[in-house]
Amino acid sequence: MMAAPAKAPERSATTAAPQLTIGKALNHALRAAMEADPKVLIMGEDVGKLGGVFRITDGLQKDFGEHRVLDTPLAESGIIGTAIGLAVRGFRPVCEIQFDGFVFPGFDQIVSQLAKLHFRSQGKVKVPIVVRIPFGGGIGAVEHHSESPESLFSHTAGLRLVSCSNPVDAYWMLQQAIRCDDPVLFFEPKKLYHTGSLKETVDPTASPDPLFASRVLRSGTAATLVTYGPSVRVCLDAAIAAAEEGTSLEVIDLRTLSPLDLEPVFESVRKTGRLIAVSEAPSESSLTSEIAARVQQECFYSLEAPVLRVTGFDTPYPPTKLEEYYLPDLDRVLHTVDRALTW
Amino acid sequence: MTETLSTPAAGELNAEGLLDAYRTMRTIRVFEERVHDEFATGEIPGFVHLYAGEEASATGVCSHLDARDSIASTHRGHGHCIAKGVDPVEMMAEIYGKRTGSCHGKGGSMHIADLSKGMLGANGIVGGGPPLICGTALAAKQQNNGGVGVAFFGDGASNQGTTLESLNLASVWNLPAIFVAENNGYAEATASTWSVAADNIADRAAGFGMPGVIVDGFDFFAVHEAAGEAISRAREGGGPTLIEVKFTRYFGHFEGDQQAYRADEVANARDKLDCLKRFRARVTESGQLESSALDTVDSEVAALIESAVTEAKAAPKPTGVDLETDVYVSY
Repeated sequence: MMAAPAKAPERSATTAAPQLTIGKALNHALRAAMEADPKVLIMGEDVGKLGGVFRITDGLQKDFGEHRVLDTPLAESGIIGTAIGLAVRGFRPVCEIQFDGFVFPGFDQIVSQLAKLHFRSQGKVKVPIVVRIPFGGGIGAVEHHSESPESLFSHTAGLRLVSCSNPVDAYWMLQQAIRCDDPVLFFEPKKLYHTGSLKETVDPTASPDPLFASRVLRSGTAATLVTYGPSVRVCLDAAIAAAEEGTSLEVIDLRTLSPLDLEPVFESVRKTGRLIAVSEAPSESSLTSEIAARVQQECFYSLEAPVLRVTGFDTPYPPTKLEEYYLPDLDRVLHTVDRALTW
Repeated sequence: MTETLSTPAAGELNAEGLLDAYRTMRTIRVFEERVHDEFATGEIPGFVHLYAGEEASATGVCSHLDARDSIASTHRGHGHCIAKGVDPVEMMAEIYGKRTGSCHGKGGSMHIADLSKGMLGANGIVGGGPPLICGTALAAKQQNNGGVGVAFFGDGASNQGTTLESLNLASVWNLPAIFVAENNGYAEATASTWSVAADNIADRAAGFGMPGVIVDGFDFFAVHEAAGEAISRAREGGGPTLIEVKFTRYFGHFEGDQQAYRADEVANARDKLDCLKRFRARVTESGQLESSALDTVDSEVAALIESAVTEAKAAPKPTGVDLETDVYVSY
């Protein structure tokens, strides 16, 4: 056996509801999940002693021991595969992929093994693994460190994909994902991890919304913005700016990326008649294409304009000086809203 | 660090154990010969990769395993399944793509899995299995139950990054894992003498700080002894071992393979090296088993495989509803 915990885990619920960033909320969520279930393990590169390069696992190895927070060699296939083996033997591993692009060396194990074991075993085998992936740009890094690979996985049946955009969701969605019996890829907006202005009060005694449900964040009448992850903030800012000019925009946070929960989007489009899908990912064969296809199928007679998209470019993710040009921002979103309104 | 074992003594196996081992090898052989024949009729869908010739490996290793232990297999996985206790009748149905199969007809030859037997699955991805075994081995270590994980993989997979990552992981974490490299000489049509940049796959063990052993894969007793040592060591906390088993597969890479890349080695192996012939000769000459006892096993196995094929042919196909079942745990 590996080393026992150095000391008893701290209780997270003994103090008043704290104000947390997304990064801290994720850390609290991991702590709560580990306290709730001794089968929850954390594994990944530098997650133990260092606490992760983004410090999301900070302090957890110290409190829960090396047998529950495992530093791994640099080997993403090995990490995912090991997690699968642990899961079929009753554990609930939470794997940290250090940066979005580093998931590609583990892609085969996720797509060829993790996604298919339940189906292949007549439903006898459950593989309750969470793969945490810090994703998206905006931190001045380059390709492999700023990517949005979600569409590569949403194309694979058997995986669930979710993305949080705020501290309260970060806290609850991660715990719900860990309790889910299906494999969940958990996409975290890394550029917002430590943004102090986004701090929220996270009440561990509150009742969370369901994990696999999208949510209307702001009601509006002129057009709908549907988005997820780091682009939620951009869309909310756009809606605030549009409101100052008298345009009322509805904003929907998808939260669950696969399977999609599009009923609230259909309902919104039937009201506004216009939809703009916003994502940092390249546009071709992406989640935004899927949304456009399904909305035209379900809401054809309600649409006053084609579904428009604001996305990253169909290029490799660019270095720093081109990043602002690449990423959807307030101006691009508002410009596209204008196009939809004047179609 | 690599050592080559000479043929050992019959070891600790009693008559019952020997007969079990023979039954397993014989079941694999007849199963595979029959799949070969039936595939030629066109009734079996997809691809099949047959294990005939390699029976001593799966049997010699799995005869040491119990319910605590798990194995991961390859695209050539029928033998591993049978040796780990998966029902050959259900397996045959699976290969026929039928609803009564081990995986409901949704896995096929290359994905037969039965977790209730600790069989994590045959695997259509070359090198897909070793990482999974690091996981079950880590689970066994955490649960402190003495269990081990065994990854069977081929000479082709020995060059995959997943395999090398797993060897390293197992050594770093001192896992109760055994890596069995089944070197049948060819990854599809590519010779391992060319594709493996070392004299032996087992030589690579030194680079990962674990023992490496080479055994004659046609000799059940050699495999059994080498696996026994490695598995005992792993159960006692001594960490992983890499065992290279060398032999020849009797059929092509897949059924339909023209095998232009190799010549007379199969005929020679079948005639002079065959694991079943050698086993029978050895145990009867030593007086450990009567020839008649082995003949009885032969008849029972023949009847089993016959009924497996009959049942598989008669079984219902999966439906569209089955296709949409068990993609997720909950919907």
